[in-house]
Amino acid sequence: MPAQDPSQSSPVPAGAAAGLPPVAPRTLKDRVLGVTRRLGLTGRGGVILGPYAWLVLFFFIPFLIVLKISVAEPAVGIPPFTKLVEWVDGGLDLHIRFSGFQALFDDDLYLLAYLNSLKIAFVSTLCCLVIGYPMAYAIATAPEKRRGPLLMLIILPFWTSFLIRVYAWMSILKDEGLLNNLLMGLGLIHEPLKILYSDLAVYIGITYSYLPFMILPLYATLEKMDHTLLEAAADLGARPWKSFLTITLPLSLPGIVAGSLLVFIPAVGEFVIPSLLGGSDTLMIGRELWNLFFNSRDWPSASAVAIALLAFLVGPIMIFQHFQGRDQDKGAA
Amino acid sequence: MKFEPWHDPAAKPYVQIEKVTKRFGDFTAVDNVSLSIYRGEFFSLLGGSGSGKTTLLRMLAGFEQPTEGRIFIDGVDMAGIPPYDRPVNMMFQSYALFPHMTVENNVAFGLRQDGVPKDEIRTRVAEMLELVKLTPFAKRKPHQLSGGQRQRVALARSLVKKPKLLLLDEPLGALDKRLREQTQFELVNIQEKLGVTFVVVTHDQEEAMTMSSRIAVMDHGHIAQVGTPTEIYEYPNSRFTAEFIGSVNVFEGNIVESEPDHSLIRSAEAGCDLYVTHAAHLAAGSHCWVAIRPEKVSITKERPADADTGRNVTRGVVREIAYLGDISIYQIDLPSGKRVRATAPNVTRRTELPITWDDEVWLCWRPFAGVVLTD
Repeated sequence: MPAQDPSQSSPVPAGAAAGLPPVAPRTLKDRVLGVTRRLGLTGRGGVILGPYAWLVLFFFIPFLIVLKISVAEPAVGIPPFTKLVEWVDGGLDLHIRFSGFQALFDDDLYLLAYLNSLKIAFVSTLCCLVIGYPMAYAIATAPEKRRGPLLMLIILPFWTSFLIRVYAWMSILKDEGLLNNLLMGLGLIHEPLKILYSDLAVYIGITYSYLPFMILPLYATLEKMDHTLLEAAADLGARPWKSFLTITLPLSLPGIVAGSLLVFIPAVGEFVIPSLLGGSDTLMIGRELWNLFFNSRDWPSASAVAIALLAFLVGPIMIFQHFQGRDQDKGAA
Repeated sequence: MKFEPWHDPAAKPYVQIEKVTKRFGDFTAVDNVSLSIYRGEFFSLLGGSGSGKTTLLRMLAGFEQPTEGRIFIDGVDMAGIPPYDRPVNMMFQSYALFPHMTVENNVAFGLRQDGVPKDEIRTRVAEMLELVKLTPFAKRKPHQLSGGQRQRVALARSLVKKPKLLLLDEPLGALDKRLREQTQFELVNIQEKLGVTFVVVTHDQEEAMTMSSRIAVMDHGHIAQVGTPTEIYEYPNSRFTAEFIGSVNVFEGNIVESEPDHSLIRSAEAGCDLYVTHAAHLAAGSHCWVAIRPEKVSITKERPADADTGRNVTRGVVREIAYLGDISIYQIDLPSGKRVRATAPNVTRRTELPITWDDEVWLCWRPFAGVVLTD
């Protein structure tokens, strides 16, 4: 809604013409409100201002800082990069270098790391979907009073630190770990499986850690689905699996998209899981980023990697937004 | 020609419900119900909420299984047959249209499940949309339609498979009054044109009266009465049916004479004796009620000629008048304190009513007007 000029809606001329007593002079409060309104600061605007301020302060400004660093050159010192703007001989000197971005193309390590990250994120997302969908479906179709406790079980792992849970997986997957001891104890295998420090461990770690982010949005869409639609489908001759494919699955698409992106986007940039569970050859962009920042101290290149990663992920994020918007439109109709 | 297969002993019922009981935990939704519904009928299950009518319908569709009793459709026992294998289609109260499919695809859904060839699906869907006058909306999604259009999509979808039996759960419940009246006749026309047996659940007695060949009035899981609309209206078998369908005056009294051709009831409440031209099958002195419909009560200011008999004539004071244009409804207080309802058509054209508030009036009715009820 556009800000309204209070003078437009004021009935002063009409009242004066009708010979009514003059309207009382505007109070200070009215004047302040008038000014804020003219600036577009209505109550509604104020409410939106909060999130905007948050985004500007903690997303946009940091992004500009990273962008600035990415076009600087590495230097020895603190901070370890050159200044963007410098006073030199009474004139402004602008240093913009693309050496950081250049490195991305010179060394195919980065391209491989990006592609491998996308692959690992994609496969993990698929695993989350395959495991998470039946779980979400089971919770959504459980008797109403059982749903709360079941959801609680999904959220329960968050009560333990993420890092500790990843460490727990290390002790499960290692050569003399829980899993190998169990399998060997049962006589199923005779030599320990080499799972820890491999891509498989990374898949397990990411799938485990991000599963709740898949289940929760899926549950939300499945739970609000109208059960009579399935009855209608059955009534029209659809067998249960056909009803699932033609009714449940398409209608839960917004949940599938939301859940997949909530897993996929952070999984691409994941750093802790590949570092702890992955092998030395598990190439992931989050890890390379960390190496560049803290091992090579090449902040401009690291920033360039971060910006390229963001560019990679803008696409999926926009798909996510699109589906969210569509879902909300439908809800309003 | 009269369509009354229920009077024909040779006719085989299409749907046979035998002593069906449905319990949900401690709650008995349907209690020992037996019904026979014949091919081509427009059969209504009429009752208030919680009367078990929807549960009965859902058992016919196969969404609920009877706790006891059996259901036969076309002679086949339906026990254990899932909804998708029953020769029955249902129109849901909420319509249950698939929100992600166009009108066309919603209607085609049932045919696709049966593997009907594509060309045939196309022609049958087109025919169906033509029938419900929705051809221009074929490509729309349900949320782009009005309530009345959605109702017609639901009807088309449930009819496209040419079911022998169509179950309709409050088919007109979500429509406004004017649209509902119009759709009532459309529904009856479609039913006659396609020759489908309809079983309709409704809480609206007017709707049931207009459309049905027969009505089953349900109360607390029981069937209170089954009959044609006129039977139910003119010959209710209990105070419940009498009061549920239309409005009625019920006088409490005691039998004085009980003969095969007439009954005489003394009622202090009515302030006169009630003479009824049918047998009450009750012993003299038994307690009973007499139901008289408001439109059968005449209201006059002049003393009727047969007032001296003291039968079927009483006096009262007009307390309320509702002028509805075509008719007026009068509420008359009798000396006993009983309030009586009488309706009279406004045959003459005038702005001042001949009878007005606080007028002392005579009420009388013909001997055939009353019905003796025992409970």
